[in-house]
Amino acid sequence: MFSIPVFLESFQPLMWAAQYTLLISVLGILLGLVIGTLICAARLSGSRLLRGFGGLWVSFLRGVPLLVQLLVFYYALPVIGLDVAPTAAAVICVGVCASAYISEIWRGAIAALPRGQAEAARAIGMSPRDTWIRIILPQAFSMSLPALVNELILLVKASSLVSVVGILEITRASQAQAATTFRPLEVYIAAACIYLAINLCLAALGRYLEHRTAV
Amino acid sequence: MQASSVEISKVNKFYGPFHALKDVDLSIPPGKVTCLIGPSGSGKSTLLRCINFLEEYDSGEVRIDGKLMGYDAPGRKMSGKKLRQMRRGVGMVFQQFNLWPHMTALQNVAEGLIRVRGLPKSEAEARATDALRKVGLADKTGNHPARLSGGQQQRVAIARAIAMEPQLMLFDEPTSALDPELVGEVLNVMKTLASEGMTMVVVTHEMGFAAHVADQVAFMEKGELVAVDSPQGIFHAPKDERIWNFLRTYRERNAF
Ligand SMILES: Nc1ncnc2c1ncn2[C@@H]1O[C@H](COP(=O)(O)OP(=O)(O)O)[C@@H](O)[C@H]1O
Ligand SMILES: [Mg+2]
Repeated sequence: MFSIPVFLESFQPLMWAAQYTLLISVLGILLGLVIGTLICAARLSGSRLLRGFGGLWVSFLRGVPLLVQLLVFYYALPVIGLDVAPTAAAVICVGVCASAYISEIWRGAIAALPRGQAEAARAIGMSPRDTWIRIILPQAFSMSLPALVNELILLVKASSLVSVVGILEITRASQAQAATTFRPLEVYIAAACIYLAINLCLAALGRYLEHRTAV
Repeated sequence: MQASSVEISKVNKFYGPFHALKDVDLSIPPGKVTCLIGPSGSGKSTLLRCINFLEEYDSGEVRIDGKLMGYDAPGRKMSGKKLRQMRRGVGMVFQQFNLWPHMTALQNVAEGLIRVRGLPKSEAEARATDALRKVGLADKTGNHPARLSGGQQQRVAIARAIAMEPQLMLFDEPTSALDPELVGEVLNVMKTLASEGMTMVVVTHEMGFAAHVADQVAFMEKGELVAVDSPQGIFHAPKDERIWNFLRTYRERNAF
């Protein structure tokens, strides 16, 4: 029988663990935004070397599953003599992985802008730098917002994978909880509810932003 | 108002193997309106865009007030900084308006004054308001482009160009994207500019505008500048059969 009390009691430890899920996803996407922007800039640059590097970066990170990336990264760090806290390692790994997708989101948004937008800026004598900062990027950003929120939702789900490197986020916490209570069904349904709640909130946020920045 | 002159001589432009401009010569006198007409694909936009170097011509010369546009010497492109300096004196209005949708009308006009002319924000906005008043949009300064009609958007685009105080204005089919009932308001603003002595180069399919406002009309076909003449000469006594054919097609299409 499904036990309502066990189900309800599972929430407390899982909500605690949800902080880690959120921490890793949010820091991961912020880091991914920074790296992804640089990678996108490299891919759009005039230098063939940079374009090649950006292209490799994207294909490699999109071609290898995050779980494998995490394991490689986690076991490679001690080999090269780095002692990084597991949480930091997880954030870096998630961020790097996200950067590949984010750079493609940027690139698509920039390519979708009508050519006339930058031309109008050039025609009045605006510098390339100002054209990027004032004209192209703000529009690319609002166009990308729904895709970026979507990426964040994917990261929240993907963050369950960081349990393999020992971080007590929602999935790992529910495994532990299931092992002590011997009621896996109740515990995992509670975990599913928490993931769902987080992602429904994010989806609502995405709709709000999309609506607000619509032009 | 200071008005520029433009001397175009032997200009050639290739898109890959395609010869888009063939030895084009055209003299644009200061303070006058020059209309460019001709069939679609004849190279009108390409020629117009060579004047402010949005398209790089491959050979020949475009001189604005005697200064070579785009090159320091034949084959050696000028620095971006110098090019931007030259472009400040040339305003351009596009068929699709190309307003920046994330900015209000006022911000669209003030942006260049702030970023390019380096004016403080308050002064830039004061001048932008003046420019918008001049095109009859003093009450729309806070609207984003999406909340303006096509004719209003194009007038904001004209305000954006004239706020920079250019000595030359280029128009690439400024009314072609507009509903017919909105064409007049844009042409009226252009007529006012012309009467103030602005040098204007206008690519247009508005033959009425060309006939009544232009000081000279240039006809292009297949990358060639076939003829330059007074409106009277082009519309009533065309010397070339190609002009005659173009006008006949135009009249047939617009007859009812
Ligand atoms: N960026 C481009 N690449 C290749 N061909 C082009 C490009 N721009 C224009 N063309 C070609 O050059 C010719 C002239 O174009 P355009 O100047 O736009 O003509 P118009 O303005 O008279 O209609 C057309 O045949 C067009 O297809
Ligand atoms: Mg054209």
